[in-house]
Amino acid sequence: MKNTTISDDCAVDIRAVRKAYGAGESAFVALDNATVSVRENEFFTLLGPSGCGKTTLLRMIAGFDYPTSGEILLNGSDITSLPPFQRPVNTVFQNYALFPHMTVAENVAFGLEALGKPRTEVKARVAEMLRLVQLEHLAGRRTNQMSGGQQQRVALARALAPQPKVLLLDEPLSALDYKLRKEMQSELKRLQYETGITFIFVTHDQEEALTMSDRIAVMSAGRILQIGTPREIYNRPADRFVASFIGETNFLTGALHGVANGKAKITLKSGQSVVVNAASDAPASGDVTFIVRPEHASVVEGSGDLRGIVEKVVYFGTDTHLHLRLSGGEAFTVRQQNGSVSGSAVEAGQAVAVAIAEGAAQVVRA
Amino acid sequence: MRKGFSVRHQPGFTAIAIACFALLYLPVVTLVVYAFNSAPSVAAWGGFSLHWFEVALTNSDVIDASVRSFQIATVAATLATVFATMAALATTRTRRYRGQTFIYAFINQPLMVPEIVTAVALLIIVAQLKAVTGYSGLGYLIAAHTAFCIPFAYLPIRARLENMDLSLERAAADLYAKPLYTFRRVTLPLLWPGILGAFMLAFVLSLDDVVITEFVKSGGQDTLPTYMLGQIRRGITPEMNAISTAFLLLSVVIVTLFFVVSRKCT
Repeated sequence: MKNTTISDDCAVDIRAVRKAYGAGESAFVALDNATVSVRENEFFTLLGPSGCGKTTLLRMIAGFDYPTSGEILLNGSDITSLPPFQRPVNTVFQNYALFPHMTVAENVAFGLEALGKPRTEVKARVAEMLRLVQLEHLAGRRTNQMSGGQQQRVALARALAPQPKVLLLDEPLSALDYKLRKEMQSELKRLQYETGITFIFVTHDQEEALTMSDRIAVMSAGRILQIGTPREIYNRPADRFVASFIGETNFLTGALHGVANGKAKITLKSGQSVVVNAASDAPASGDVTFIVRPEHASVVEGSGDLRGIVEKVVYFGTDTHLHLRLSGGEAFTVRQQNGSVSGSAVEAGQAVAVAIAEGAAQVVRA
Repeated sequence: MRKGFSVRHQPGFTAIAIACFALLYLPVVTLVVYAFNSAPSVAAWGGFSLHWFEVALTNSDVIDASVRSFQIATVAATLATVFATMAALATTRTRRYRGQTFIYAFINQPLMVPEIVTAVALLIIVAQLKAVTGYSGLGYLIAAHTAFCIPFAYLPIRARLENMDLSLERAAADLYAKPLYTFRRVTLPLLWPGILGAFMLAFVLSLDDVVITEFVKSGGQDTLPTYMLGQIRRGITPEMNAISTAFLLLSVVIVTLFFVVSRKCT
């Protein structure tokens, strides 16, 4: 077992990578100026909707595709134009891509044999890998006779066997049903912990990204919009897209009057004002958009930060959603945890005051 | 209740189908039956006998022609399959290049050239080559058979390559396999049924060929079909039926094998 602490050493350094198909005006830009540093031993996720460029980026790290410009470094050395078989990087494919004419053990041994490892070492390593993914009993089985979850484990064992510097995972859980997906999520975390290998994981599932990752890069339309820990991405989204793609959010607009110490006061249409977090690059004045997560707002006695009328009360079991119309006319949702069985005292049609938790309002790029 | 359109419910379907099958198989059945005739006639039945098979098997011309046919078919089918495999790889496993469609059409063009045209063209060029080189061996026949077998061998291999999941070869490259190693360990084993099918098809086509062989062969280079053609010109005996029956049996075995192998591997 290896040291699994994330170090500041950079495993994969992606510098100003651009990928364009075609030339000139009509060129399609699949990836635009992507710059990311993935750290050693990190579980790093590329998150975004389909067509955002996350798979393109992964393919370029694997060597299946080459950037139009920019460079990719692995442990400090330039691998931008190396063919896939010269990169100490292995991939778990979305469709697993297991060799149908080989047994489970032969699949797992493939990379080691291609590297010319001695037979005894290959055998020992294959046994170790099959133990790691709990498939020892199926070593002699053909892969097309296995369930999706088992195939997934074979694909993982095969990719981990040659001890790559980085493991790339291209939406590996998308073909599995819900229960199996949950199971494989914790399995992946365990494997990453036990092997100490840097994982770069591609997904469009925000929940998967939040629960599994050390850090996330949120992508859209070929651009990396924000890189941060799951908490940073969720609580401090820098961008309107990031805020809406991950979790539920209330968007409000208002006039901003100066930023000081990362805080700013915003006056809403209704005349009420809210204190928000604002990055130093936020505009010093004018209309801005800010977000409040529904669970960071609560209905309170007294004046609160906002006022509105309850339009609808929706019960969700663990919590209740209150859909409000603010006095400025904006829609706003409050999520109340159902802490007691007596139920919410708030009813539709009622005028309420809403308080926003300290530091929960956040200015985003529109 | 109205049913969807089905040819089986059209008037005359059964009659037409029976007529077609009769047209196809009655002559063959007649041929096979008279191979076992004890009388020296292909029209008047004289009782069951294996006499004509015995005659054929002791006829040294038949044996020579059969051996030659197998030699040519084996070598030509092997060469054609190798070339067709290379051509199929070059048209499916490379980055798209200029003129790829043209090359695809070019490889398949021989399928559309009438065989007699190819035969006449080969007759002329082979005659010149024989005069220049002085060589008049089986090489010409083998080369000619290889050439016309390539497009037939190319099609099943190409079809197999196109249906193969490209991510398998990508996965091999990802696992440190250099291109040649990927080909040997992944592409070739998965392509094998296609290659085998191509070989069998080429083998049967070569074995069966009359027109090109007749034009290209030198004296004393009869293959089984051209020998039979020559004999029939002099009058038919049930010996021809016996040879044909054996030939038919062989073709059926090869084609059946081909289907079994290709079914098993998919």
